[in-house]
Amino acid sequence: MTPVLEVRDLVKRYGDTTVLDHVGLTVDEHQVVTVIGSSGSGKSTLLRCVDLLEEIDDGQILLDGVDVSDPRNDAAAAQRRMAIVFQAFNLFPHMTAAANIALAPRVVHGLPADEADARARDLLDRVGLADRADAHPDRLSGGQQQRVAIARALAVRPRLLLLDEITSALDPELVGEVLAIVRGLAADGVTILMATHEMGFARQVSDRVCFLDGGRVLESGPPARCSANPNTNGPGSSWPV
Amino acid sequence: MTPELATPELALSPLARERQAYRRSRARRSTLVALASTVVFAVAVAVGVTSAPGWPRVQDTFLDLRVGWESLPAILSGLWLNVRVLVVAEIGVLLLGLLIAVLRTLRGPVFFPLRALATGYVDLFRGVPLLIALYLIGFGLPALRLQGIPTDTAVLGTITLILIYSAYVAEVFRAGIESVHPSQRAAARSLGLTHRQSMRLVILPQAVRRVLPPLLNDFVALQKDVGLISVLGAVDAIRAAQIASARTFDFTPYVVAALLFVLLAVPTGRIADAVAARATRRQGLA
Repeated sequence: MTPVLEVRDLVKRYGDTTVLDHVGLTVDEHQVVTVIGSSGSGKSTLLRCVDLLEEIDDGQILLDGVDVSDPRNDAAAAQRRMAIVFQAFNLFPHMTAAANIALAPRVVHGLPADEADARARDLLDRVGLADRADAHPDRLSGGQQQRVAIARALAVRPRLLLLDEITSALDPELVGEVLAIVRGLAADGVTILMATHEMGFARQVSDRVCFLDGGRVLESGPPARCSANPNTNGPGSSWPV
Repeated sequence: MTPELATPELALSPLARERQAYRRSRARRSTLVALASTVVFAVAVAVGVTSAPGWPRVQDTFLDLRVGWESLPAILSGLWLNVRVLVVAEIGVLLLGLLIAVLRTLRGPVFFPLRALATGYVDLFRGVPLLIALYLIGFGLPALRLQGIPTDTAVLGTITLILIYSAYVAEVFRAGIESVHPSQRAAARSLGLTHRQSMRLVILPQAVRRVLPPLLNDFVALQKDVGLISVLGAVDAIRAAQIASARTFDFTPYVVAALLFVLLAVPTGRIADAVAARATRRQGLA
């Protein structure tokens, strides 16, 4: 079966710095794949490249077998089939929580306004924020904002959900509520590629874990083997064993 | 919220009551000091001006109540023209300014001519003095004797004001557009919104809200520059004052016109303050 996402030999440079050095990974349908690694190892860049927010320097990104990194293909169409949740939430501050979620279904996918709003309220209910639908983002806590951001990403019914260190900007006591939602999504069979620092959590929900260090995949495999007993600790590895 | 608004009878400790009384007495004292210093300042200015050697002459030629009263109707009807020009110009400036700003932020090689045109427009009309632009457009345009070119001086003056002020307002809008963090654009694009949709639904609403105070400031400036169309011969408040002044050899009509322009500007200033306060509230003081 064709994997939902296949990254082949991805290279991304900023000036002289090579951030991603021939990275390869696959995400099959209903799988959760986690990218772990220290700060600056290229996790976020990898996710931004996959979502076509960054132009890549070499390699291929295949979504359902189609090379979406080919500049001849319609990037916007590919972006419509993925959704990303950012580390810093990036909610639209001038819209209510419900309006944030309803925006893309309405203007991108052509849903009538009332249906989009109903979908937004359903999703808010799912992330436990039904009562905050009409609040602006600055009236929500960090954890609540990130839950709205997850709902916003789910609203477009993405083929692939990208989670970019979604708990890194949260206070420790707020991390749990966000991770609980991701756990639910994984159980529901949503195909997820996520970057995280939460090792324990990665082990719980992931089908596969990918170790990224210095822009290279050091190790890739089922979480138990990978995180408990990394059999590679290559030169320059900064990952604490 | 002031401490006085809380109900002090509600089980306040003697310590808190004593402190509240102290705060109140300080507040009373501040009010008295402000009042006294204002009176002293006003008296000093009044004495200084009225004891100047030329004061009787100035009072005679600038502050003649009878001349001022007699010139008022003509000046008021002139001001009505200013108000009409102002309303049309403000709408025109908003539309043209926003258009130029959006053109300047377009990306991609296809739009190079539009970008260059918008940049050239801003350079030209922000640089040229308003008075010269009024002469060039007000007298030069009709002199071409083309079909369909308006000859009414008020219309030509309005066109000039729109052209000049759009250049300023475009830069205000552009500053607002560029102040919206790139992550907002990334979020919009990642949801599949096109460039135009991101601009219209995500970037511009935030940008416009942010630049409302400086925008209204430009409108206050426009409000008085509307009087400059008098150089084209349109009988507005300033022209009416000039006519009255020339008949009586008295400058009081100018003072009357100036006071009317100030009265016109005060509400706009208050609206600007209120709008800024409302924007701050809505963003949750964050």
